[in-house]
Amino acid sequence: MALLEISGLTARHGLLEAVRGVSFSLEKGKTLALVGANGAGKTTLLRTLAGAHRAAAGRIEFAGADVTNLPSHKRAAAGIALVPEGRRLFARMTVEENLLLARAAGRPGRWTLEAVFEAFPNLLERRRSRAGSLSGGEQQATAIGRALMTNPDLLLLDEISLGLSPLVVDRVYRQLNALMSSGATIILVEQDLKRALGVADSVICMLEGRIILDGRAGDFTREQVTDAYFGLGGTRAAAS
Amino acid sequence: MTWINQIIQGVLLGGYYALIACGLSFLFSVMRIINLAHGSLAVLAAYALFWLADRFGVSPILGLVAVLPAMAILGWLLQKTILERSARSGRLVPVLSTFGLAIVIDNLLFQAYGADTRSLAPFVGSLSYDSFDLSDDVSLGTLALITFVTAVAMLGGLQLFLTRTPLGRAIRATAEDPDTVGLLGINAGRVNAVAMSIAMVTVGVAGFFMAVRATFAPYAGAAQLLFAFESAVIGGVGSLWGTLIGGIVLGVAQSLGAQLHPQGFLIAGHLTFLAVVLARLTLAARGGRLRAWIGGAR
Repeated sequence: MALLEISGLTARHGLLEAVRGVSFSLEKGKTLALVGANGAGKTTLLRTLAGAHRAAAGRIEFAGADVTNLPSHKRAAAGIALVPEGRRLFARMTVEENLLLARAAGRPGRWTLEAVFEAFPNLLERRRSRAGSLSGGEQQATAIGRALMTNPDLLLLDEISLGLSPLVVDRVYRQLNALMSSGATIILVEQDLKRALGVADSVICMLEGRIILDGRAGDFTREQVTDAYFGLGGTRAAAS
Repeated sequence: MTWINQIIQGVLLGGYYALIACGLSFLFSVMRIINLAHGSLAVLAAYALFWLADRFGVSPILGLVAVLPAMAILGWLLQKTILERSARSGRLVPVLSTFGLAIVIDNLLFQAYGADTRSLAPFVGSLSYDSFDLSDDVSLGTLALITFVTAVAMLGGLQLFLTRTPLGRAIRATAEDPDTVGLLGINAGRVNAVAMSIAMVTVGVAGFFMAVRATFAPYAGAAQLLFAFESAVIGGVGSLWGTLIGGIVLGVAQSLGAQLHPQGFLIAGHLTFLAVVLARLTLAARGGRLRAWIGGAR
């Protein structure tokens, strides 16, 4: 049974329809890469899934329950965690405090403070530093760690490599790989196509709020995805 | 020795100012709300204690057991009915709505109790004028000392609560980014209502001390708000320990001013307040810290 089932999901920013009737489903333990140009609606889609943005129409079903109208804090309690674009750390609070906040979701599990510091050892010596004083890589690690501390069943990662040096991105992805192979369910927004296709089981490409390509990551060549990305392909490749 | 005495009395007076500024500073630091009804709410709490004492003979100290929870409930209701709605319409609207609330409270109290000046002092035995001698020249008021200790305990307790408890952390995080806390399972609306309740409890305590140490009347709120505001601003808006220091600076300035000239009490306090504000703005403009200061106050 699918962990996440979305049908006809629409989300707006005022008059702008950022997500237009999107439907897809995601099996437990799989990683889905969400790609597309800037403004394609990826971030809005993730925020709508996490409850940070209201759905205008459609239905989000998570673990068999309709969560479409649940506020974000109840979705966190249900097991959906978002690492938001731009990290959105609490800059004036320490790393440790940022992580501890996630206990409010009320989902104890294998991700404890110790487990996060084990996964991101570079955070250990910065645990008492203010999040605002961290380097980009450390901030991203804190943001991911904070989301993990809610012990989510579904982890949404929005552009986690944005603004990081390639070396740091490699390090972050090494941690992610460990996470993915441990059976986590992940939706990943990533600008780097090669990286996205490399780690994901399936891929969805969005264009102007719609899904233009949907299938298993291995089924597409990079060129096919690039064409869809820019709306060139002409034909709607809907495999899977 | 007279000057030392004035400084000591000023510090104790500062404790009182810090006490009445506590709720104002707390609300501003955690919710970015400037509560102009702060003084009036303290007077309201004082009237509630007066009503219990006058009508039912309940000692004001015992009356706190009923009034403080009532203030907490009032805070919750204010948050849900007025502040939460007005905060959605921008930053100025909450200021205006608390200003309106102050007018409503003041006039309702006037309607109910008239212009008579009241005090809780008659209901607490000799507490309001008890004192003990430190030396031949210096004697301390028992109530002033209790007030000071209460201020330190309340500000320190709030500081510890904010930094050491999950709820305190949630309150700080919600102040910084109310949208993101939801993603972590924190109900921002509930957290803000709790914060407002806590602030109103401190306002209730402030009202108690105000009414025991001196007199109050329906329109006394504005004067309380003024001293609370000056203390909070001198100490650096939004910093709880700073508020204690701000209160002490204001109290000492007023005491020394009164020693210099019989009318120097208020003038010295206001001048100190203006001097601190001007100095901070000048420093900020020079050091390019203006943005940091405004950013810190946002």
